[in-house]
Amino acid sequence: MTKQITAWIQAAPMALVLLAFLVAPIVMIVIVSFWGATEYSIYPAFQFDNYQFLFGSPVTYTVFFNTLKYALITWALTLGIGFTVAYFLAFEVRSLKWQIALFLICTIPFWTSNIIRMISWIPFLGRNGLANSTLISWGVIDAPLEWLLFSDFSVILAFVHLYTLFMVVPIFNSMMRIDGSLIEAAKDGGATAWQTLCHVIIPLCKPGIMIGTIFVTTLVMGDFITVRFMSGSQRANVGRLISNDISLLQYPSASATAVVLLVTVLIVIGLLLRLVDIRKEL
Amino acid sequence: MTRNSDLELIALTKRYGETVAVDSIAHRFKAGVYACMLGPSGCGKSSTLRMIAGHETVSDGSIVLGRRDVSHLPPAKRGTAMMFQNYALFPHLTVQDNVAFSLRMAGIDKPERHKRADEMLELVELTALAQRKPDQLSGGQKQRVALARALITRPQVLLLDEPLSALDPFLRIRMRAELKRLQRELGISFIHVTHGQDEALALADEIIVMNNAKIEQAGPVREVFNTPKTAFVARFMGGHNVLNLPQGHIALRSDEMIVTAPSAGRIDGRVVGVEYQGTHVALTAEVAGGQEVTALMPDADYLKTPKDPGEVIGLHWDDRVAHPVSA
Repeated sequence: MTKQITAWIQAAPMALVLLAFLVAPIVMIVIVSFWGATEYSIYPAFQFDNYQFLFGSPVTYTVFFNTLKYALITWALTLGIGFTVAYFLAFEVRSLKWQIALFLICTIPFWTSNIIRMISWIPFLGRNGLANSTLISWGVIDAPLEWLLFSDFSVILAFVHLYTLFMVVPIFNSMMRIDGSLIEAAKDGGATAWQTLCHVIIPLCKPGIMIGTIFVTTLVMGDFITVRFMSGSQRANVGRLISNDISLLQYPSASATAVVLLVTVLIVIGLLLRLVDIRKEL
Repeated sequence: MTRNSDLELIALTKRYGETVAVDSIAHRFKAGVYACMLGPSGCGKSSTLRMIAGHETVSDGSIVLGRRDVSHLPPAKRGTAMMFQNYALFPHLTVQDNVAFSLRMAGIDKPERHKRADEMLELVELTALAQRKPDQLSGGQKQRVALARALITRPQVLLLDEPLSALDPFLRIRMRAELKRLQRELGISFIHVTHGQDEALALADEIIVMNNAKIEQAGPVREVFNTPKTAFVARFMGGHNVLNLPQGHIALRSDEMIVTAPSAGRIDGRVVGVEYQGTHVALTAEVAGGQEVTALMPDADYLKTPKDPGEVIGLHWDDRVAHPVSA
């Protein structure tokens, strides 16, 4: 009995923090999403106008599709790059000293803020930027490439740049826990390097891949600033929809979009968790 | 003439930078032998085994298996299979898939490889657990899976790296009986690395004692135990006293020591310890020069003339039991 009380008390601080700063705001958002709004005011109500408008507008579907597209492409690229980097760190670099050193190098870009890292792409990719002028001077192209900046390309480039490390870290962690003798056992059983990768390393990295996937998809789906900057406000995702509403003080409408986005992300994560039981694998 | 599937090591050397882990060793393992490589940790026995398996590159010399130089072949092409110390079972695969792993890598189709895996599991009496995952098995069961997985490739030589060290003492004795049974049934060579001399004595036809990157002595198990060539082998195999006498070092089996009245034996000693071991009593005495000598006597004999620590006794032995050894 007293043991139970102690346990409750121990859990209480974290529970209160989560309640106050996570659950309460979400409940608030859900409540506001049913409120009504005019051009100049918002008023408490319980009506489905916001949702009706949201699901009735073709823009919503385009924007949600765009968001999922960004998430999917970014996920595929970060997974490819992240897995390769993690593999190199975990299996090709033999000494722990070098592993730590190289790992820290991977984190260096994170010493500057997101926005600065993003904006620094602009002079590089711009019409008369480094990339275009270099390609022209090499004679690869005659006219500057227009799609380098303010396009899906630049948005995804920035996403991959920003979030690859979130894939590297959990996969690297999974790989470091693979017993070296398993790789030898695979070799002993006649597995080629490729077979070892497919039959031993990838299955054992699944939890890491899954955690990285959750990081990247939630970050990309919730993002709005990257899309705004890197597309020069020419592309939209759900985050931008919400931020536009907020800047117009249309809180009920923004809340409704946020609720739909939250549900979408939860469904995606739910599907992912069905594929791999992370709790079992941790 | 090397007979088919004899394994021969020729001037085999392993260097890690400046340190020499295995120093130009030579030995021939006859086909179908149960050989134990024995030695203290860091003596080079594991490096030797890993070189034979192909998990460690050969710095110098060669490994010949059945007239074929396998020194630079990949592990699976050598005709050897390795059983790892911690079993190295794939945690994401069932017992059956673990055993069938090498067949799967070789591209053998599912029904065939499951059939052969089931045969192997029958050999190690694990048929009932075929669908379990490794983390649902006990230590002894994991070991059998590892054994089945190694044997499914039909190797000519099975290499075992301290296979019993992760088991509790009771299970260790049962598993070693099983290893011996399997080796006899299959008729292939087993090369077993261990640091336990009782394990080596119980299992081996042939013992290779290694120390400081070299083979100290190799030969049939009784020969190595009864006529150790060096003081190190005598001490490491246990059951021996090594005495430094004016005429040189000699090794004496402690159960051949005869306890007599003072001055009636070859040397006198003062009892420093009496240890009851069930069937025997181990009497430790300090003789001239501070050397300790242990006499192992049947407990009935001891009870006729019990000794107390501090008492002076004589120690005698027959000439036939004294083996000169090099220091």
